[in-house]
Amino acid sequence: MAHAKEAEIFNRDESKVNWHDKALWFVRNKRDKAGSNVKGWEELRNLASAIKANVLSNLDNYLVQFEENAKKNGVHVHWAANAEEHNKIVHSILSKHKVEKVVKSKSMLTEECHLNPYLEANGIEVVDTDLGERIVQLAKEPPSHIVLPAIHKTKEEVDVLFQEHLNTKPSNGDPQYLTSEARKHLREKFLKADAAITGVNFAVADTGGVVVCTNEGNADMGTHLAKVHIACMGMEKIIPQEKHLGVFLRLLARSATGQLITTYSSHFNKPAPGTEMHIVIVDNGRTKQLSRDDFRASLHCIRCGACMNTCPIYRRSGGHSYKTTIPGPIGSILSPGIDLKKNSSLPFASTLCGSCSDVCPVKINIHEQLYQWRQIITKEVKQPVVKKSVLKITGRVLANSKMYGFMGKSARFMLKHMPRFMIYSKLNAWGKARELPKVKDGNFDEWYKKRQKNE
Amino acid sequence: MKVGLFIPCYINQLYPQVGVATLELLEKLGVEVDYPMGQTCCGQPLGNSGYEEDSKGACQLFVENFKAYDYIVGPSGSCVYHVKKHFDILEQTDAVKKVRNNTYELCQFIYKVLGRTDIGASFPFKVGIHKSCHGLRGLRLGSCSERMDDPYSTEESLLKEVKSLELKTLNRADECCGFGGTFSVFEEAISVKMGKDRIQDHIDSDVEVITGADHSCLMHLEGLINRNNQPLKVMHIAEILNSTM
Repeated sequence: MAHAKEAEIFNRDESKVNWHDKALWFVRNKRDKAGSNVKGWEELRNLASAIKANVLSNLDNYLVQFEENAKKNGVHVHWAANAEEHNKIVHSILSKHKVEKVVKSKSMLTEECHLNPYLEANGIEVVDTDLGERIVQLAKEPPSHIVLPAIHKTKEEVDVLFQEHLNTKPSNGDPQYLTSEARKHLREKFLKADAAITGVNFAVADTGGVVVCTNEGNADMGTHLAKVHIACMGMEKIIPQEKHLGVFLRLLARSATGQLITTYSSHFNKPAPGTEMHIVIVDNGRTKQLSRDDFRASLHCIRCGACMNTCPIYRRSGGHSYKTTIPGPIGSILSPGIDLKKNSSLPFASTLCGSCSDVCPVKINIHEQLYQWRQIITKEVKQPVVKKSVLKITGRVLANSKMYGFMGKSARFMLKHMPRFMIYSKLNAWGKARELPKVKDGNFDEWYKKRQKNE
Repeated sequence: MKVGLFIPCYINQLYPQVGVATLELLEKLGVEVDYPMGQTCCGQPLGNSGYEEDSKGACQLFVENFKAYDYIVGPSGSCVYHVKKHFDILEQTDAVKKVRNNTYELCQFIYKVLGRTDIGASFPFKVGIHKSCHGLRGLRLGSCSERMDDPYSTEESLLKEVKSLELKTLNRADECCGFGGTFSVFEEAISVKMGKDRIQDHIDSDVEVITGADHSCLMHLEGLINRNNQPLKVMHIAEILNSTM
């Protein structure tokens, strides 16, 4: 279903839309305050963008360097060309260790690869340990936001969900009670897990280490208790040197939630004695995106979610309306590169207001890329006949002053003299909730000609 | 200095009073203005809909109409932005380059090129500015709330000098109104919701007249205001700057 239809359904409950909009706007505001307290914020963005551009231009070398250093540290490194390979690699590691229970901290990559259903089908229990992720996992839903996976759910809805799955008492959505119950539930899972899977926020080429940022400490809890740690990363997560974390960690937390720093920025450099550490490096379409000049910069993304919080469309249509792993503006420039036809409505789910590009900590020109995808989609994906012919004819009319003058006049005549029920028919989407402009007696051309004559 | 007046297609056809105000205002400021007949559209509706290729004829015609002028001035941030940003699809001849470099949004032209802020206007109403996105984040008519630069606003600088005008502060300084060209019909539900929210912000902020440098956004807001009989008026900034009430 196209984004517009999903958005229309979401908008049937206006009070929920208002609530969703305000919740995310609150986060955007917090981000503004946190950013404004950093002297040289814009310079920091320039720097981050430049470092990422350097990484993408030299990705081959950095990846090899990263692998070498990680191996020196005693870490096993695996390469996956696509989601299927990634899932197989993870499963084979788990099989080798006869793992039955896995705890997983937040990882958009494993969402992208649909790792959970794959492992579950192979008889392995996977528990998402980030609270928001656990909520959507219990609800059998995908995350609706990359940083705030359950932002579409009210605390009352979580209350009902926990009653069903965690045997909690009705609490009228008491956040403190619900969180403490979730803690108890997750503690059990942590203690019994045989392996821990994490995502990767940054992979440092010159140390071979990875950095995982969480607010709940769930990545640490999982990895420290389990014998096996598997860190899954998209190949663009590389940064050249450890010192560059000084740029990215400052930007990431502030952009994501308005925090000065995430509560835990955990560095994993080598396995603890008696444990194993694996890193799976995944391509899954990234090389292809890297090869597209106009869209390469989309791989700068550090998954902060700021473009979602700022996007007036995202805030009013909800993350699920995009039907992609990564929703919102950044998702709308990444997803067409993965499946153009399926995601062809997404670059149009924008007014091209540009707020996403200005909020982005790594300066991805998101709205310009949306515009560029539109040009490609109208050529490569079949368009509605009416839309296509109307726009093509418009192009011809606008190239010809005489035709344009005639069309303008006729349109104004019709708007002025056609009965209301005909103008405001079902075909007129504008007129469903809006009046059309009142037509004046003449246009500017006519006024100007008259004035020239009288002078 | 010879200025070519660029009146965007929808203003020409639906809001001639905005064109009139723009012309009168420029003449008041002592500028020699010429209105080249035969202009149509900058091609933006096609480009934003993904049919940039089909807009080349319109873009070329725009260049032909305006290449002789020192400056091209129009009362619409998004159309001006389109000329400056997206005429890269044409072969970059001297004429194309000249047109792209010298096209200005009206407020920007008054403020930056003419160096004027006080135009001698008066307008005894409470006014809220709708900072249209393409003007704000495309042409950088002002600082936007996402960036941490020093705050400034071209429209505010001009409106502050208007006698008896009371400028109101909004809760969300520069959120998009949801017009977005064909977005307004293809994503009708969200477009309408965004417009309603923007209007509510102006009402909550005690605004009587919503103004801005882009009448397409105002057309969308006006459509909602009129349908819902809300106590607000929309006026293009040129109409306010040209008024002596």
